Amino acid sequence: MTAPAQPSPAFEYAPAPESRSIVDIAPSYGLFVDGEFVDGTGEAMKTVNPATEEVLSEVAVGTEADVDRAVKAARRAFTRTWGPMRPADRGKYLFRIARLLQERAREFAVLETLDNGKPIRESRDVDVPLAAAHFLYHAGWADKLDWAGLGPGPRPLGVAGQVIPWNFPLLMLAWKIAPALATGNTVVLKPAETTPLTALLFAEVCRQADLPAGVVNVVTGAGETGRAVVEHADVDKVAFTGSTEVGRSIARAVAGTRKKLTLELGGKAANIVFDDAPVDQAVEGIVQGIFFNQGHVCCAGSRLLVQENVHDEVIARLQRRIGTLRLGDPLDKNTDIGAINSAEQLARIRELSEIGEAEGAQRWQPACALPDRGFWFPPTVFTEVSPAHRIARDEVFGPVLSVLTFRTPDEAVAKANNTTYGLSAGIWTEKGSRILAITDRLRAGVVWANTFNKFDPTSPFGGYKQSGYGREGGRQGLAAYLTGADSK
Amino acid sequence: MTHLLDPQAAAADAAPRREPPPPFGDATRSEAAFRAFLHGLPGVDQVGAEARVGVLGTRSIKTTAKAWAIDTAISMVDLTTLEGADTPGKVRSLAAKARQPDPTDPSTPRVAAVCVYGDLAGVAREALTGTGIHVAAVATAFPSGRASRAVKLADVRDAVANGADEIDMVIDRGAFLAGRYLDVFDEIVAVKEACGEAHLKVILETGELVTLDNVRRASWLAMLAGGDFIKTSTGKVSPAATLPVCLVMMEAVRDFRAATGRQVGVKPAGGIRTTKDAVKHLVLVNEVAGPDWLSPDWFRFGASSLLNDLLLQRQKLRTGHYSGPDHVSVD
Repeated sequence: MTAPAQPSPAFEYAPAPESRSIVDIAPSYGLFVDGEFVDGTGEAMKTVNPATEEVLSEVAVGTEADVDRAVKAARRAFTRTWGPMRPADRGKYLFRIARLLQERAREFAVLETLDNGKPIRESRDVDVPLAAAHFLYHAGWADKLDWAGLGPGPRPLGVAGQVIPWNFPLLMLAWKIAPALATGNTVVLKPAETTPLTALLFAEVCRQADLPAGVVNVVTGAGETGRAVVEHADVDKVAFTGSTEVGRSIARAVAGTRKKLTLELGGKAANIVFDDAPVDQAVEGIVQGIFFNQGHVCCAGSRLLVQENVHDEVIARLQRRIGTLRLGDPLDKNTDIGAINSAEQLARIRELSEIGEAEGAQRWQPACALPDRGFWFPPTVFTEVSPAHRIARDEVFGPVLSVLTFRTPDEAVAKANNTTYGLSAGIWTEKGSRILAITDRLRAGVVWANTFNKFDPTSPFGGYKQSGYGREGGRQGLAAYLTGADSK
Repeated sequence: MTHLLDPQAAAADAAPRREPPPPFGDATRSEAAFRAFLHGLPGVDQVGAEARVGVLGTRSIKTTAKAWAIDTAISMVDLTTLEGADTPGKVRSLAAKARQPDPTDPSTPRVAAVCVYGDLAGVAREALTGTGIHVAAVATAFPSGRASRAVKLADVRDAVANGADEIDMVIDRGAFLAGRYLDVFDEIVAVKEACGEAHLKVILETGELVTLDNVRRASWLAMLAGGDFIKTSTGKVSPAATLPVCLVMMEAVRDFRAATGRQVGVKPAGGIRTTKDAVKHLVLVNEVAGPDWLSPDWFRFGASSLLNDLLLQRQKLRTGHYSGPDHVSVD
């Protein structure tokens, strides 16, 4: 009897795509105003799948008149139904929405991946469950606001105008809508130009949940639509997540009005690796910090500060690890790195990478084939980066890591804080006392210790300096939507 | 008064100790030096390790990849029986299954080895002669390892004399936990010598070492002492093989090869019962240590019931429907 041949020593993962048939994408979408889908008065725009450049649907562009209709609907709902409603009943609606998000999780995950380009593993395991968690968490607050420690009898503000980015379309929607509704406000939401589809599916969920008309309004469009929402005279509260540049113009527009404002803007987070770090987990944390969601994360750990005496070892391990990342079809369940969200963003990532090289930093990319169609950029590591380089200062918002070194804890803190931003930071060390000492000195809204990019609705999130102001999530996040409320 | 950082460094050893491979030749020059070396290995963050295996566990292995993984896993099985009630008949029956795991499909790969107690190694050897299937015997007062070194070495020599070409030894966990790392090292070296030509697998019994830091230290200790494989567990202690433990061990063999040029194998044992578990381990091997370890020479599953689940899944892929447990043989 001859021995059967041994299997060949290559473990090729066969394609394992999530089926897109679970989602029905309509050929065109209107605006969601006063509980109904209505046609926009502007010219429609196309939304594409960034992994293939296939046009997914046509979406209405809201005009000033459309925004006005939406704000009026929100105002009516605030004064007639949602505002006077018993808080516990508002909580019931939020619980219902959360349950519907969970029930329709796969649909949301597939749609998010199609419209945004992020891997299905992330939309399935991070975006959608976290979005549901935000509604569940805030549902619990709805009838307990008097005991939130935010002062006596906190009251809702009224109509919230909310403008959200394209990097976590559904999750940012949840961060905005859940606290607004829990505190008794009504909402006009403007999703990002390139990723409107999950917000429109969410509008359908609002109808399914029998949410009273006008409590949530979704007005799709681009910058002009967003401006109309922010500048509308009858909006009481503006909440924006996006670029620092747009955030500045919103702050200018809102200045001098009675509107309350929270801004969650860019970042250039330092991920600090000390020589006593748990090195394999630190490497995972670096990868998770900068390549999660293709680096389209405002709190991404885009500056790696590594202690000089372990620089070579950490970089070697990091490069080996990056070589095992799987880039490609975002719907494939084994994909780690998906598509860049838009041609415009891809151009910016390319431009900054070229500037990095021109400034003298060393670019490293793994040997990896990119798909022919769609917007793609390979995971990239720049070494020999100086704090004076633009890739050490400007937010790339892509899978590009800049590596800097430090020699002492003081130098690590000085370099970490040497940025115009201050959204997040990470520390990797086995020494607990060092974690506490360094954290205390970092000017960043969130500091992760021996982990990175972990989010939870109970934990407030927000920035220092040009990363914005106000907090989202946790007890502190409620204050942004209440009056007579003390944010401490 | 001056404190010597390493008071034993100057003292001459009675018998020269076998040196670990370069560049770690002086790591074992004294108890203090060895302790400093093992405790100087990078720490393992348990939460991070669990998160990593959690993500790897979501890999979706389908169709051709699944077929490949099942055949590879079958070829890596150390088909094991380690019961007080073992008899020559039981061992012969196991050997027959090892040669031909699925009589309905001769294209099914053979397993890597049959693993028995040392006194039954001869029976296994006779039943497997000419097949290329290895005979592994547990030795060194398995599973507790609580016996004198002379008894342990005699146990090893006996198993080798009976025909075992692979020895699965247990480390002295008591000595390890008490910090007597050199005792553990010396014992592995002595067992390796007693093995002669036989391959040595060193069982760390990670369920008794408990922390992942200890797993990493024990892995390095065993590799430095000359073990050919590091193995998680005896199967007699719970928890046995877990994915975080296997992750840390795969990292250790990867780093050890990068430093010394010597490749060491890994064998998770105990508690791996389903094809799904086995595939998760193969994904972990593939993405953590790399494809060089994806062969029975470098990765094994210590298991008994796993083989039948692999065979059932293999039949399912071939025929398109699930068959019941009566379509595979009882052991």
